[in-house]
Amino acid sequence: MSNAIGLVPLLPLLSSLLLMIFGARMTRPMITLLGVGSVGAAALATAALAMEFMANPQPIEITLWTWMKVANLTSGVAFYVDGLTLVMMSVITGVGFLIHLFSSEFMHQDASYARYFAYLNMFVCAMLVLVLADNLLLLYLGWEGVGVCSYLLVGFWYTDRANGRAARKAFIVTRIGDTAMALGLLLLFTELGTLDIQSMVGAANAKWQVGDSLPTLACLLLLAGAAGKSAQLPLHTWLPDAMAGPTPVSALIHAATMVTAGVYLIARTHGLFLLSPTAMTTVAIVGIATSLLAAVTALMQSDIKRILAYSTISQIGYMFLALGVGAWTAGIFHLMTHAFFKALLFLGSGAIIHCLHHEHNIFKMGGLRSRMPVTFWSFMIGSAALAALPMTSGFFSKDQILLQAYQQASIGPWLWLAGLLGALLTAVYSFRLVFIVFFGNAKTEPDREIGWAMAIPLTILCALSMVGGYFALPLAQVFPTASADHPAHWVEIVSIGVPLVGLAIAYGLYLGRQLSAPSWTTGVTGQALREFWFSGWGIDRLYDGLLVRPYDRLAALFSSEPVDRFYSAIVDVNQTLHQWLSSTQSGRMRWYIASMVFGLIALLGIAFNIAPGAL
Amino acid sequence: MAMISLVLILLVGGVIAALSERLSSNAPRWVALATIALTLGYLLAVMATMDDLQRLQASTPSDPATWLMHFKSPWIPAFGINLEMALDGISLLMVLLTLFLGAVAVSASWTDVDQHQGFFEANLLWTLAGVLGVFMAVDLLLFFVFWEVMLIPMYFMIAIWGHENRAYAAMKFFIFTQASGLLMLVATLGLVAAHREATGVFSFSYFDLLHTPMSETTAHWLMLGFFIAFVVKLPGFPFHTWLPDAHTQAPTAGSVILAGILLKTGAYGLIRFAVPLFPTAAIEFAPIALFLGVAGILYGAVLAFAQTDFKRLVAYSSVSHMGFILLGVYALNELALQGALMQMIAHGFSTAALFMIAGALQERLHSRDMRQMGGLWQAMPRMGAVAMFFVVASLGLPGLGNFVAEFLVLLGVFQVDRWIAVIAALGLITGAVYSLMLMQRAFHGEPNPRFENLQLNDFGAREMFTMAAMIVALVALGLYPQPILDTTQSSVLGLVEWIAQGVAQ
Repeated sequence: MSNAIGLVPLLPLLSSLLLMIFGARMTRPMITLLGVGSVGAAALATAALAMEFMANPQPIEITLWTWMKVANLTSGVAFYVDGLTLVMMSVITGVGFLIHLFSSEFMHQDASYARYFAYLNMFVCAMLVLVLADNLLLLYLGWEGVGVCSYLLVGFWYTDRANGRAARKAFIVTRIGDTAMALGLLLLFTELGTLDIQSMVGAANAKWQVGDSLPTLACLLLLAGAAGKSAQLPLHTWLPDAMAGPTPVSALIHAATMVTAGVYLIARTHGLFLLSPTAMTTVAIVGIATSLLAAVTALMQSDIKRILAYSTISQIGYMFLALGVGAWTAGIFHLMTHAFFKALLFLGSGAIIHCLHHEHNIFKMGGLRSRMPVTFWSFMIGSAALAALPMTSGFFSKDQILLQAYQQASIGPWLWLAGLLGALLTAVYSFRLVFIVFFGNAKTEPDREIGWAMAIPLTILCALSMVGGYFALPLAQVFPTASADHPAHWVEIVSIGVPLVGLAIAYGLYLGRQLSAPSWTTGVTGQALREFWFSGWGIDRLYDGLLVRPYDRLAALFSSEPVDRFYSAIVDVNQTLHQWLSSTQSGRMRWYIASMVFGLIALLGIAFNIAPGAL
Repeated sequence: MAMISLVLILLVGGVIAALSERLSSNAPRWVALATIALTLGYLLAVMATMDDLQRLQASTPSDPATWLMHFKSPWIPAFGINLEMALDGISLLMVLLTLFLGAVAVSASWTDVDQHQGFFEANLLWTLAGVLGVFMAVDLLLFFVFWEVMLIPMYFMIAIWGHENRAYAAMKFFIFTQASGLLMLVATLGLVAAHREATGVFSFSYFDLLHTPMSETTAHWLMLGFFIAFVVKLPGFPFHTWLPDAHTQAPTAGSVILAGILLKTGAYGLIRFAVPLFPTAAIEFAPIALFLGVAGILYGAVLAFAQTDFKRLVAYSSVSHMGFILLGVYALNELALQGALMQMIAHGFSTAALFMIAGALQERLHSRDMRQMGGLWQAMPRMGAVAMFFVVASLGLPGLGNFVAEFLVLLGVFQVDRWIAVIAALGLITGAVYSLMLMQRAFHGEPNPRFENLQLNDFGAREMFTMAAMIVALVALGLYPQPILDTTQSSVLGLVEWIAQGVAQ
């Protein structure tokens, strides 16, 4: 089986190529079979691989071919499978398959059905390469590959200019991070002479001491890449706009898999990050700051997908917090449970959008509880897990993160406190969504029921969101073991209780209406503050003024090609001289005679001056 | 002899193509294709009979015996001028690229050129002949002759079959290239004179001139002559301004040849002559060259973004990409040089394809103005998908050839000067900005209402076949570049060692 590792990314790749080349001539059932079936087959192959790995938990390495070998650079198309890889592969192919299945109904009416699955399959392939890669260069291939697929899928409905804009924004903002990451690769290779992840970490530990400046620099560059891909501060602005893509795309790429690539990258190179306490703390601070900022913004939104997008940013912030405090396993654990419940929520929102004439505004929904029962329960379970209510999957993972954050050496309790505030906000915004959409009076009637291809993935994801917290991940060999101490009991109890308080607040504010909005939110300042938060703390506007418009202006300034003016000037001088000289050729005999006489005198004068004796 | 024959086949094929126009308008095209195929077949046949392809494993620039092929026959013995040609891994790849893109150019001219087809294809073949000569000549006067041979037919191609502003563009192209060629001639004569002064022997042979003892000042000035000549051709900032006009005004096939092949003669000249002839001077000059490279990358990218003309945008993207070559050459290490060579090939394919798409759009819309486009994917999904592929290739997507090139260059430059590498890496971002803008303006968005009266035919079989060939080539370069890297490795290593020796002396 280990020889068949290559098969897992190959299946979706082949399917994608077939769909690209022959898709226009295929019938819909054929497209569905290829598009959904290939990912299903990849999921089965992953399951077989996982079974084999469980029997003999040793990392598997295979080299398919040498990619490039120049001077001391050797990089193979080579895969490395350990527990971490398997967790990622299972999420990608498992959740990916469910989302593909959901898509087959969601996108069924779309004219570009084949193109959709071609892109989606290509994405799965690139994402698998990203997590399978045994060296950073191949990882970077997957990394950029998922970026392009994300671009293609965000801008899938390309006739709308706004979608194109969102797609470009997604690509370019993440590319800023990618470029920093590429520089990190250059630095690591130049210093350590290899990009192979395992040997690189080994070489780094042999060469550098904890606290050296070079590992800090390298880690911060990798962090910039991770922040771009995982929509963390300050590169998070692309994700809310990326919701322009079809909703299953948001579920797969912008919730369950691609956006967690940054978390994977840091976890994969944790041996390097452990050399730099500064970088670790930065990761934690970036994570918690993003988490809070996005949670507040989520609370202000009215577009159902934007709420979920900000929620995703916020939850990945928790994963970064986990990584930053060295809670590696908890971070990956939260990555997995988040993939379950956030995919569930996105697919649920897809079901609503599908049945409600593409309505996105939660205030135009309402009362959907009885009309869309499967979707309602999906949202209930998904939101409960998102809010980390006890016994849901999200509870187990987030609880671990908060407790380990508390134990962080320097600023642990502060991180914990901020994390708690985030947890409170999470519970409020997730149940605000549920209460507004599913309770109260119906404002828009659904025009159809969801079919089995949408209901089955929702049901399975519901189950996973409930029981996912009991999964034991095979990560013991991958990460150093976390400390066994537990913080004081009251810390645990508070951590468990806060989400319940959030639920109560949401109930009071949005359902029971026992509470009214605090008075300060209605005044002029409150209004301004709400708008500020609604716009995501004005960061988009900041970048617009700081980067986008100056670049536009720069381009406009240069568009006349200033360098060419130098050459045009030479031409002008020549032409002026030419006109000047040719004007002497007037055809008037008098002028000619006069100029000859003057010329002769001048020449004689010069000759007389140079050689007086000659005359 | 084989190398001269390659050039002769193309020259004679050009004459036949010109004459064949009397038969039918398609005849010259078929003649041109057949000539290129014959040249390629002959080259491969010669290669197949060579028993020592392993010479690729060991070649030193100064010893012709280590090259794959070497031919020398007297021409003007009094001045030590010979018909001397030689082929190493670098030349071989460039020759293959030239023939491949030559065929692509013929395909591009199939419907684009609708008058004087015979003379057009003749010019095309003659340009190719000149380029092949440039890539193989190792006598510096012969090199100069071929340099002119490739220039003049190209001038005709722009001046006769070009677009609305062709006279200006052709003249600009001619003057820039001619002036820089003159500079090269002067530098060559200076080098020969220096060689004669030191050794008492007249020789224009590369292998002799490599061993020219000269003062530092002489080396500096001569090196600068060669450098400017080649950088104008490359083109590097700030000598690039002929390129947007020439590319934009040339007929599609002309743009394909210009961008795909002719620019590479500049890069080739740097690698073959400007650096190894004056190793110490080249090293001292490297910081300036690196600066010009970075300036070109960013300047080209910003200007590409500012364009509204499809072809002009692609032209400025070439300026940006050529900056990476300049960086790669003057980092003077194996990684960066291999990257520069890879860039020469990958950029050839990606840009040639983009120019073909621009040409196809011009044929259908009678405009290159992207403000007149938009939403073209809907009417022409095949063209849209192909354009998407080459756009992401051009922005350096890993898995395609351009990425391998740019990454190797950055890796090599990073070892020499970190800040240069950091600034050059900004090109990855600015590259994405203009590339995606191109896609948006032309193919995405709402279909422009003026299309309703136009017959928008999607790519047909001929176009798809040509594009597929280039797609396969770029994917192969991106995922399995090793055969290419191996072909040039010994020459690159030889060059790096040669520079190290030259400095040690």
